[in-house]
Amino acid sequence: MAFNYDKYLRLEKMPTLWCWGCGDGVILKAFVRAIEKMGINQNDVCVVSGIGCSGRFSSYVDFNTIHTTHGRTVAYATGVKLARPDKLVICVAGDGDALAIGGNHTIHGCRRNIDMTMIIINNFIYGLTNSQTSPTTPKGMWTVSQKAGNIDPTFDTCDLAIASGASFVARESMLDPKKLEKALIKAMEHKGFSMMEVLSNCHINLGRKNKMVSAMENLEWIDSITVPKKKYDAMTPEEQLNLLPTGIIKQDTEADEYCDMYAEIQKAQQGLRKPISQDDFAKKI
Amino acid sequence: MATREVISTGNQLAAIAAVDAGCKFFGGYPITPSSEVMHEISDLLPKIGGTAIQMEDEIAGICATIGAAMAGDRALTATSGPGVSLKAENLGLAQMAEVPLVLVNVMRGGPSTGLPTRVSQGDILQSKNPSHGDYKSITLCAGSLAECYTETVRAFNLADRFMQPVIVLLDETIGHMHGKADLPTIEEVQAGIVPRKKFEGPAEEYFPYECGPTEPAVLNPMFEGYRYHFTGLHHDKNGFPTEEIETCRKLIQRLEDKVAMHEDEVESYEEFMMDDAEIMIVAYGSVSLAAKESIRHLRKDGIKAGLFRPITIWPSPAEKIKEYTDKIEKVLVVELNIGQFHSEVQRAASRLDIEGLFKVNGRPISPYEIVNKVKEL
Repeated sequence: MAFNYDKYLRLEKMPTLWCWGCGDGVILKAFVRAIEKMGINQNDVCVVSGIGCSGRFSSYVDFNTIHTTHGRTVAYATGVKLARPDKLVICVAGDGDALAIGGNHTIHGCRRNIDMTMIIINNFIYGLTNSQTSPTTPKGMWTVSQKAGNIDPTFDTCDLAIASGASFVARESMLDPKKLEKALIKAMEHKGFSMMEVLSNCHINLGRKNKMVSAMENLEWIDSITVPKKKYDAMTPEEQLNLLPTGIIKQDTEADEYCDMYAEIQKAQQGLRKPISQDDFAKKI
Repeated sequence: MATREVISTGNQLAAIAAVDAGCKFFGGYPITPSSEVMHEISDLLPKIGGTAIQMEDEIAGICATIGAAMAGDRALTATSGPGVSLKAENLGLAQMAEVPLVLVNVMRGGPSTGLPTRVSQGDILQSKNPSHGDYKSITLCAGSLAECYTETVRAFNLADRFMQPVIVLLDETIGHMHGKADLPTIEEVQAGIVPRKKFEGPAEEYFPYECGPTEPAVLNPMFEGYRYHFTGLHHDKNGFPTEEIETCRKLIQRLEDKVAMHEDEVESYEEFMMDDAEIMIVAYGSVSLAAKESIRHLRKDGIKAGLFRPITIWPSPAEKIKEYTDKIEKVLVVELNIGQFHSEVQRAASRLDIEGLFKVNGRPISPYEIVNKVKEL
């Protein structure tokens, strides 16, 4: 039986403002299917988005939704989560949103390991504002703000998340929606900060001057730069050079989750336990 | 009216007030001279099951606060001028999306890093329009230790009444002042809590931003079955982005009018020895304490001076100022900036001959400076 999306979409907001052939719709549908499979009540979900094409994600899905300022998804979501720790909180941000203007919140969300899922839709460019360089734009590519070619080094979203302390880190592209759906379920079911990078296309604004003017060409390029983690791990550093591994990159189910730890603070302040000390932690620094 | 004596500082009293007023969340970042608000509330909130979090920066501090307020909690953030500058964009979102919260700004010398440990009242105009765009700020200013408490309590009630951020201005002097304050009892404070309105009908009949032209939005807490959308974009009755001409105009006009048409509910001021005053001093915050002292000295010398002290700074008590400036010739505004409220008094009075005594070197104004200035008038 075909999946019925109607329950989870705000149908009166359709069609989306995303361009024809954009990957964001594929990601949105995979997300909705993941929620359905997890069996979570719509009332218990909060979707927080930022600014950019991905910013509109929150207005299309029928949950408790917040469209925040540029880059601030994790900061808003932290307030929501701490106020209602039993709810499912999802951030949806773009590469510019999450890694440039919002980079500080992204790394500190990872560091706290607060239980939320951050979906970074990485299309390697500022799409909504017409092709400016983002922190993931490959070197040498044309952008409207670097017409002679981008010289800025790139962030690896997953490496950044791991270095910052996220307890679940995964990367998929929208090329395989079924795989993406499964990864999203794992990310959302994980307790702690889960970083889910999803590579997507922007043939309109990344592709137009970078020889990927159709969605298909853009997707073929994404396919050419991604490789499953198992295969990636078996490669030499030279072979790995211009590839991004996909799949679950890190999963640590033992790491302390922030809301749980804050509950200990509450107990300590209420005299129900001793103050937290260094002895409470195996890894202290 | 029963009262209780508390010995504390202005900053701590603001934190205590927030908790007594039902605040459940604090998001902040260390900044002099307001950090003690965070220090105090990070002890108090977990005791009652609330949460206080030190975020990674000033911006995150207000974002988390707004997030908790969207979830349905009374929420507080505290900072100083540079922090307000950083929080400005998200204060704008809270104005636009009509999210109630309280921001305590303990003023220090500016602009920029300025004089971090010294007193100033340089954020008067900033507190009127911290963010771009049109909206009507509500700003209260504590003029005593007790008011650090009572104005913070009032700010929470006003935030929920008008569904917007309310700024409480303290200054370094009053924030760090340590002494006895006569406070209302907790029972009285709790009896006075007016929580935000809530829609109780069926979800399909709920339109959070459908309200009268001078009324605030009715925003139910999240996760209770009323799913809607928050955005900083112009939005329709459901909170969804729109560019429809009339909807956009009505929204922004309503953000102005929901306060402008109910200024009587916000207005607050103190008149000190004004009954027979021939000279009116206008001062607020810690400066008003020096002004009161100077008036006692001036009265001994036979000079009939009185103090008009705005407690609600924005919207300003313009009509009351006009009433006085129409009958009192000599008016002196004393403030720790170069005439930020002075210009408002001139506007309210429709007079350009309002005198000013200003100081911007990070030091308080002493009573004798005011006495000398009044004698020169």
